[in-house]
Amino acid sequence: MLEDIGNLFHGFAVVAQPFNLVLMVVGIVLGVIVGVLPGLGGANGVAILLPLTFSMSPTSAIIMLSCIYWGALFGGAITSILFNIPGEPWSVATTFDGYPMAQKGKAGEALTAAFTSSFVGALFAVIIITLVAPLVASFALRFGPPEIFSVYFLAFCSFVGLSKEPPFKTVASMMLGFGLGAVGLDQMTGQLRLTFGTEPLLNGFDFLIAVIGLFGIGEILLTMEEGLSFRGKAAALNMKVVLHTWKELPRYWMLYLRSCVIGCWMGISPAGATPASFMSYGIAKRISKRGHLFGTGEIEGVVAPETAAHAAGTSALLPTIALGVPGSPTAAVLLGGLLIWGLQPGPLLFTEQKDFVWGLIASMYMGNIVGLIIVLTCVPLFASILRIPFSVIAPVIMVFCAIGAYTVHNNTFDVVMMLVFGVAGYFMKKCNYPLAPMVLAIVLGDKAEEGFRQSLLASQGSLSVFFSTGLVSTIMALGLIALFWPLIQGGWSRLRQRAGLKPAQ
Amino acid sequence: MNQTINESGGTGPSHRKVEIGVAAFMALLALIGVYGSVKVGMGWGNDGPRAGFFPFYVSLFVLVSCAINVASALAVPDKGKLFAEWGQLRQVVSVLVPTAFYVALVPYIGIYAASAAMIAFFMRWFGGYGWIVVAAVSVAVPVVTFMMFEIWFLVPLPKGPLENFLGY
Repeated sequence: MLEDIGNLFHGFAVVAQPFNLVLMVVGIVLGVIVGVLPGLGGANGVAILLPLTFSMSPTSAIIMLSCIYWGALFGGAITSILFNIPGEPWSVATTFDGYPMAQKGKAGEALTAAFTSSFVGALFAVIIITLVAPLVASFALRFGPPEIFSVYFLAFCSFVGLSKEPPFKTVASMMLGFGLGAVGLDQMTGQLRLTFGTEPLLNGFDFLIAVIGLFGIGEILLTMEEGLSFRGKAAALNMKVVLHTWKELPRYWMLYLRSCVIGCWMGISPAGATPASFMSYGIAKRISKRGHLFGTGEIEGVVAPETAAHAAGTSALLPTIALGVPGSPTAAVLLGGLLIWGLQPGPLLFTEQKDFVWGLIASMYMGNIVGLIIVLTCVPLFASILRIPFSVIAPVIMVFCAIGAYTVHNNTFDVVMMLVFGVAGYFMKKCNYPLAPMVLAIVLGDKAEEGFRQSLLASQGSLSVFFSTGLVSTIMALGLIALFWPLIQGGWSRLRQRAGLKPAQ
Repeated sequence: MNQTINESGGTGPSHRKVEIGVAAFMALLALIGVYGSVKVGMGWGNDGPRAGFFPFYVSLFVLVSCAINVASALAVPDKGKLFAEWGQLRQVVSVLVPTAFYVALVPYIGIYAASAAMIAFFMRWFGGYGWIVVAAVSVAVPVVTFMMFEIWFLVPLPKGPLENFLGY
């Protein structure tokens, strides 16, 4: 523990180098822009900007990329409140009360509350990461192939059980992702598979291409279909409003705490920031005394989803760095970055790459503080980006998507694949297929398969290996519970109903 | 639900049909997966599970879920819900086609020239901007991109005859 604190301070020293501080500010500004623009989100924003970091040291690179992520999280709130357009899926819940507040002329209060809540949520999650991640990592060092597979199993089961989409659509999208991930060279036997003799398929499908296509191009097509007209509220943030709102916010400490816990829980399990924000909003609405006024511009309705979304978005990095299992698509892109810079994500990172891990954690603290200052001072500037007409923004976004896709492997075929994924993303989104499980399956496919096959190899093909020791059975059981969670919940409430009816009869 | 369509007056492909189409396409990919897995061997080899083992079962999962998704799409009574109106789809296609051209052009004329062409096309076609504004933006964006990638961050992007002519 003491050693960790020493490491953390060392991390702060790394982050405080002038070059890294500049990257931090650049990252946050780019991130907010990415978060504000329709069609660019955290995941594909980071994916597109990944090539910029190729020539940097891994620590500087992760500082810049994670700051893009924090910036994107902050940026989503600006468009939700001022334009009633959620820049990110996790800021949908923020529009419910944020936009009505802006309509009432309280945009300043709403923005301050949103940014501050984001900051509090992120800070809470970073503290959790600082305390818990090293423990998880040292624990996970003992994992063998069955345990490793069981962690993946848990991650993917939570997707099916916790997502809003129909479970079999989640399964279809996830398994398709695994299938796409399997194309190319088989890591274990060195055999080519599913390439059907075509050369471009030899390297398989890269998930970064999928991210840029599914989230970037797909999103632009969706935006185009809806036909965009931005009519925003004026954004004026002066110090008086900020201080006034800050004076008011500590009253909601309980709401903050609850939203932080919900956010961290949902973020660590790969359900992600979007369900966390809705859940937090829903619970706040039920518990708050002013719950019946939610939706008409209540400050609590901004605080709850923003806190939870940021807590979830940040804590999604915990399993990413400690286990190598990303908790969100954006975390997956960061993980992909690690691989490109030649680092092996997972528990060993904490012992072998101390500078990197603690630099990252320190940059989470610093990045969120710097981010808060930047967004509070520059809101009008960022809001003006949305006033640039879509006919200018759309092709520029397309160009950047293409550049991002090309630079992954310096391959123009990938740009074609990006467009294919974009069309697929458009149709899947319209038909209510979740995209995140697909992306995570493409990233983790090889590793999950390796764990699975190595386990089976050791057990001579018997599936009982996944229930052979206490540890692996527990994780598998948790996975099964997550998988059947909707059924369990349904059964439980039915039981309670029956129990509740009996005394009445 | 029928009324809402009449109010907006639009027509388009039915949501249910597209839904089934998407599931069918996924099932097709899964069938290709099954075929490919069987071809490389999906059983148990001398050294454990063979290369096709994992993709084979994964593809089976996709097939089964597609069947269930189609069934549940059919189970809901079709109230004439639209996937999108034709007008909306025309919008989507009008973005998609230029982008496809763009993607096809990149290997031949390089990404910078192609980008300038696409931005100019969009601004002129959809935005209706004057030629001067169009020229300014469509030249400035690739130039800034060039500075950022090739010079500051040292990441080479595809170049064509134009860049060769300029000496890069």
